[in-house]
Amino acid sequence: MNALLAIIRRDLLLVMRRKSEVLTALFFFVVVTSLFPLGIGADAALLRKIAPGVLWVAALLSTLLGLQRMFAADYQDGALEQLALSPQPMVLFVTGKIIAHWMVSGLPLVLLAPIIGIQFDLDASSLYVLMGTLLLGTPVLSLLGSIGAALTLGVRGGSVLLSLLILPLYIPVLIFGAGAVYANSVGLDTSGHFSLLGALLILALAFVPWVSSAAVKIAIE
Amino acid sequence: MNPINTFSNHRLVNWFKLSSPSTFYPVAGKLIPFFWVLAFLFGAAGLWVSFFVAPVDAVQGQGYRIIFIHVPASWMSMFIYLVMATWAGLGLVLNTRLSAMMAQALAPIGAWMAFLSLWTGAFWGKPMWGAWWVWDARLTSELILLFLYLGFIALRASIDDPRRADKASAILALVGVVNVPIIYFSVKWWNTLHQGASVSLTKAPAMAQTMLWGMLLMALCLWMYTIAVTLMRVRAIILEREAHADWVRQSIEVKI
Repeated sequence: MNALLAIIRRDLLLVMRRKSEVLTALFFFVVVTSLFPLGIGADAALLRKIAPGVLWVAALLSTLLGLQRMFAADYQDGALEQLALSPQPMVLFVTGKIIAHWMVSGLPLVLLAPIIGIQFDLDASSLYVLMGTLLLGTPVLSLLGSIGAALTLGVRGGSVLLSLLILPLYIPVLIFGAGAVYANSVGLDTSGHFSLLGALLILALAFVPWVSSAAVKIAIE
Repeated sequence: MNPINTFSNHRLVNWFKLSSPSTFYPVAGKLIPFFWVLAFLFGAAGLWVSFFVAPVDAVQGQGYRIIFIHVPASWMSMFIYLVMATWAGLGLVLNTRLSAMMAQALAPIGAWMAFLSLWTGAFWGKPMWGAWWVWDARLTSELILLFLYLGFIALRASIDDPRRADKASAILALVGVVNVPIIYFSVKWWNTLHQGASVSLTKAPAMAQTMLWGMLLMALCLWMYTIAVTLMRVRAIILEREAHADWVRQSIEVKI
């Protein structure tokens, strides 16, 4: 447990010393979502309709921007090998890194989403549902993304490859996340969507750290 | 000779012998013509049944005949993925080179089957649904399957060290297995435009007997074709990756 907290603290500290990388991803989220009204036109009814999809797709893409950072620096300076040599299991470190990644790239999206949602003319209940789905969904994005980040360590054209590998796996999260907001806007029950998102989160939490740590071990072998 | 050696000669060696690329290479070479012949026989029979014997569908007319390619290709795309993931997983666990080579050889043919399934599905969809493409659960998940195949091929291609490429792509293949049951059950779980399965193991098929025969023969044809092509590919991969080995350098086929 101490090792987990130590790795989270270390990763957050590293991010705080280089704020620009994280802020770029968040700024990307804001800019991309602002482009849609400019491209499609400021019809409020249409914007309300596309808002869930646009916000979710932008969230996927901005999560993807920071993924490469998860292991790459530690891989290059040899810190990952040191972690692998330590008596603590690799899974613990990988989990810590995933949590730290979510805290700097997922959590801010959850907090930013209502502001963007207001720009898209969403009402209060849609905003709550949107925040709820993002809160359940963005950890899944960080978890699944960690597999791709570990598999593409030190690989030619890693960041492009990463998006090719990971985006197909993100599709279920996108469908249920955006689907819940849409269902709420037309007055349907959203509990099914939330249950499925929760199930995805639990499944990902149970399996992904082990898969990612196996992938990390392959990379540093 | 001591008893342990005789035991291994009797029981284990016969099977494990084939897991070495140098013994598998000639065996695969002998099997290839056999599977090609079977593929052509089943293909000829299947096409004959599907074009001349099977009756015209009451609702869908002649256009329905595309299912004789579409359904077997979709089956194969899912099944090849499972086989590929199994080989990849075996390679990861047992650390055998040939398993990873089999997975590598299966990926392109699986991707083609997924593509063929989507393409023929579009041809079927235009006259029946009035659209080339709809965002239906089964179509979308089949598209994801195609992306998974492409991701597997891309990841393999971009890692230079073949052993690392084997292991990394094996992990990706195993993660992607989650998608296969989603495709298969998508027509049951979601109420979609794509029709449910007409063929099942547990109940009588909801179609004419001859239609079923045409489909099964075409499926067998694609099976045999897949095996033949995979063996050809795996032979090429073996030569490429074992190029440093003595048996490859001394092989007569390579010298010619």
